[in-house]
Amino acid sequence: MSTDRPAPSSAKPPDPAGAGIETFKYDNHVVRAFAIATAIWGLAGTAVGLLIAGQLFWPQLNLDTPFTTFGRIRPLHTNAVIFAFVGNGMFCGIYYSVQRLLKTRMFSDALSWLNFWGWQAIIVSAVITLPLGLTSSKEYAELEWPIDIAIAVVWVAFTVNLLGTILRRREKHMYVAIWFYIATAVTVAMLHIINSLEIPAGLFKSYSVYAGVQDALVQWWYGHNAVAFFLTTPYLGLMYYFLPKAANRPIFSYRLSIIHFWGLIFIYIWAGPHHLLYTALPDWAQSLGMVFSVMLIAPSWGGMLNGLLTLRGAWDKVRQEPMLKFMVVAVTAYGMATLEGPTLAVKSVNALSHYTDWTIAHVHTGALGWNGFLTFSLLYFLFPRLYNTKLWSAKLANYHFWIGLLGMMFYVVPMYTSGITAGLMWRQFTKDGFLQYPNFLETTIRLVPMYELRAIGGSLYFIGLVLMLVNLYKTAKAGRFIGDQEAQAPALNPAASRESVKLGHRWLEGVPVTFTVLATVAVVVGGLIELVPMFLIKENVPTIAGVKPYTALEVLGRDIYIREGCVGCHSQMIRPFRSETERYGEYSKAGEFVYDHPFLWGSKRTGPDLHRIGGKYPDAWHYNHLENPRSTSPQSIMPNYLWLLSQTLDATVIGDRMRALRKVGVPYADADIRNAQKSIQGQSKQVVANLATGAITNAPADREIVALIAYLQRLGTDIKTAPAPDTAPSNAGAAHTRQAKMKPPRSNPNGVVQQSPGLARRQPWVIARQCPSTPTGLRPGGRKTSRLRSLLATTPLGLIALHRRYPGLSLRSNPGLRYTTALRLKPRTIYVHDHLA
Amino acid sequence: MSVIVILILASLSLALAFLAGFIWAVRSGQYEDTFTPSLRVLADEEGQRKELDRSSLKDQPP
Repeated sequence: MSTDRPAPSSAKPPDPAGAGIETFKYDNHVVRAFAIATAIWGLAGTAVGLLIAGQLFWPQLNLDTPFTTFGRIRPLHTNAVIFAFVGNGMFCGIYYSVQRLLKTRMFSDALSWLNFWGWQAIIVSAVITLPLGLTSSKEYAELEWPIDIAIAVVWVAFTVNLLGTILRRREKHMYVAIWFYIATAVTVAMLHIINSLEIPAGLFKSYSVYAGVQDALVQWWYGHNAVAFFLTTPYLGLMYYFLPKAANRPIFSYRLSIIHFWGLIFIYIWAGPHHLLYTALPDWAQSLGMVFSVMLIAPSWGGMLNGLLTLRGAWDKVRQEPMLKFMVVAVTAYGMATLEGPTLAVKSVNALSHYTDWTIAHVHTGALGWNGFLTFSLLYFLFPRLYNTKLWSAKLANYHFWIGLLGMMFYVVPMYTSGITAGLMWRQFTKDGFLQYPNFLETTIRLVPMYELRAIGGSLYFIGLVLMLVNLYKTAKAGRFIGDQEAQAPALNPAASRESVKLGHRWLEGVPVTFTVLATVAVVVGGLIELVPMFLIKENVPTIAGVKPYTALEVLGRDIYIREGCVGCHSQMIRPFRSETERYGEYSKAGEFVYDHPFLWGSKRTGPDLHRIGGKYPDAWHYNHLENPRSTSPQSIMPNYLWLLSQTLDATVIGDRMRALRKVGVPYADADIRNAQKSIQGQSKQVVANLATGAITNAPADREIVALIAYLQRLGTDIKTAPAPDTAPSNAGAAHTRQAKMKPPRSNPNGVVQQSPGLARRQPWVIARQCPSTPTGLRPGGRKTSRLRSLLATTPLGLIALHRRYPGLSLRSNPGLRYTTALRLKPRTIYVHDHLA
Repeated sequence: MSVIVILILASLSLALAFLAGFIWAVRSGQYEDTFTPSLRVLADEEGQRKELDRSSLKDQPP
């Protein structure tokens, strides 16, 4: 395309013959309200981010109160940044650009203000409920059910307002940005509703209707597409509007932008499973997610290049205009993040990167760079226009740019370093085939300097934001606000309005797209309400005989685990890698999670995985560790959970909770619910007795910590229990016997972990003899049975099959050699050992 | 894993809805002109903001 395009003034739309020019007013009030909210929530969201960044290297910053502890504050940070900062920024930009692109005022002022105040009310309720520990624990969907309903209502108001405005437009052509906005409105509504299906168990407590692997799949289908349709598509629309405006030149290729939109829309929604690589998700679904993720590079990079090439020949402007600087970095960050995303979605890369800070670096490239800088650019653009003046200080905006960019670098680079360091350390084996860093804490301590650097980066970014606030405030003071901005445009279709066509019919014909979208949403929602319970409850039939529902006390303990946000730092999903099975134990299986409403797999390991924590340490260890993690694990960065020791467990809610869980498919019998209190007392007594053997004698039985310990000791133990032949499904009783069975290994004085009799029966040749106190050096003398030898002596494939079947199994012959090589060389000297701890 | 069926159906119906939107857009001539819309965006508040646009236009070739 040629660079000498006609000046913008010559591109005025042709005046249709005989059309009356209509005068109308753009609503700037609501735009200004959203702009101010964006700036303020941006400051709040990054301030909370700074606090939690500090907590990760200086645990005292948790302040020893429940309300300021990392687990509860982290979701506050993510929600504030995503929904308060970016959400308001998105509405601000949409309300400004939609009116001008469609040459009309918003459809309804009332809906605009409902959108504004409703959204702020939702944010305020999040600020109140999240520190109180009222959370559903599903990432970026933590808010509890009453707020979920409010979100749906406000979102519908926004959608109706947007679609109504489109219907009343005076511009026939819908600019590409409008399409991005439509996709945002419709898709987010669907995602939010499907992911938030939950059964209330109290005013601010609910259980997801999905369990375990299904819940995980729905959550990450939502989570991925929330990133796609909340953080990406609306901002792409804003980019396509504000970048040309700021540069005062048309987008490089409008045709490419159309391809960008449709390409993105049809590919994005299928990429969700890449969040669950190497989990219990079916392999084909993982591969599908991976392939679509890689495909996403094409439209994303098309869009990025389209943005950057718009500035070709105008880079001198970028030097002068701070808002263009922000825009360039934003678009570049979009490009980086959308190349990195597909890279991380490749299974072999994900094996290293998942659960590490690499993911944190990735999302912050997007949040700080793409969303943050684009929002800043937007605000610097809007304030002078809303107040009919010039930006107070371009110099200060330039300072903001450089400080913010530096802050971003100081954030992202240490997080990449930290992520790759952790990923490599976790999987590092010694020559002898043992984990080089068997103590998880070693890897955590290694990352602390990176966390400190990251906080410096965050502080710089925060300072930049403060400079922006000052600048915007001064700009507003200097100018005069234009609330209702007058504009003129010819009516869209004067011919049609003269015809006496029935209004309803014309509406239907004129907007098939809107009609189809709304109809589809209606069908999807209706269908779901019918389908979901039918599908899911059937699905929750356990496929592993040993897996039983949680006892009453464990349910309450699990709710405390959810309340405290443990899932923010601890995963419960051991992937089938040798490095993980060596460290944590048997890999996690889908059948183990059938009663997990919601799932608690987590997405980050700031601390170790907890899926096999049950029975690994004595109750007293957990008690001491939760009271002061540094008493058992020196230099740990985990917060103290002092209040768990003092707060009384509220056992009165158990009836409601068990009934709610029963509604979503957990097979509690009436008797289980009736006897819940008795069961709680019985199991609590057991925990207190265990604590007494560990020299904690003054622990009252009615404290929250008792429930949490009961839950932690239950975790991942079900498959270790012998599948007792045809036991009655009375879970409470079963759990007690299981607890009793678990006791010996825990209280074993010399720390040698023994195997449960059930497992020994199924795997007669595997006898645990790994002593935790001597983690290096293989202890020879493994019993070789003829069956094992015959399996091993066949082919390397036979050995791989054996290992796949029993990932806890660790086979070594010759130090430093891989199994297969070792097998080929010396098949007869293989020793067998096993960690089941 | 039956929930995957729900997700696929939901995603598919969404994709079909957008496909319908795409077909409508093409048929109704939305994409017949893929150049002037990019210019029109720049002109949408020409009348009101002339004095401001001047400053940002000063280094723009006429």
